[in-house]
Amino acid sequence: MKRDIFQAIADPTRRAILVLIAAQAMTPNALSEHFDISRQATSKHIQVLNECELLQQEKEGREIYYQLKIEKMKEVDVWLEQFRKIWENRFSQLDDLLIKLKSVNNER
Amino acid sequence: MNANLIFDFLVDREKNTLTIKREFAATRQLVWDCYTKNELLEQWFAPKPLTAKTKSMDFSVGGHWHYTMIEPNGNEHWGYTQYVEIDPINSYVSLDAFSNEHGEINTDLPRASWIVTFTDMKVHTLVQTVVTYGSLADLEAVINMGMEAGITSTLERLDVLLESLFK
Repeated sequence: MKRDIFQAIADPTRRAILVLIAAQAMTPNALSEHFDISRQATSKHIQVLNECELLQQEKEGREIYYQLKIEKMKEVDVWLEQFRKIWENRFSQLDDLLIKLKSVNNER
Repeated sequence: MNANLIFDFLVDREKNTLTIKREFAATRQLVWDCYTKNELLEQWFAPKPLTAKTKSMDFSVGGHWHYTMIEPNGNEHWGYTQYVEIDPINSYVSLDAFSNEHGEINTDLPRASWIVTFTDMKVHTLVQTVVTYGSLADLEAVINMGMEAGITSTLERLDVLLESLFK
């Protein structure tokens, strides 16, 4: 099944995992110690994130370390940023209008 | 734009809401007027390079704002906002929709409810807008529709992104 990045960030535990592995590469064991959930539940979340192509894996001996693929995360950034821009744009037009209205009021 | 004015933009993907807080350097009455009088509303509501034009407006409970947003090439996007609750200069609740020029609502496209609250700050006015969509897919669809303005985005902003996502 093809998953998209918004499924990845729809879950609070997965969001927390993303924050952790954005800072440093971590093993599934180390990750599950951060949460009050089973190792199985943790690996389920890792699987979802992996299917969303958000993870970069690195093997070191018998351990697998996961790290965030930052480029993939930028998809969300682009998406959000565009929406945010629309609102910024609107509001700066409202700022201008308010300045105009205030100066009209003062002239009266 | 005054850099000291608050601007908060939060997306909650579990509740399908968008919460936008923005401060304005004016009195609450003046800001309220800009949101509720069509001759003022149409001067700022359409993001550049679009312009807004009112076909009809009746700002009262059960009333509406029927408007169009016009692209520089002349393409029009009609909208129809219904007013559900009004508490003058404190708050209003509305339901937005895409429509045609006759004010017939397009039920195939997402609708969202807006709760807009106006609060006095020390010198300025804070406006909080909570927009709730039926689903995440709806929210995404609306954003994609807003893209025609050729809005570019800045990359390399993962820290800002993480902040807004994980707050």
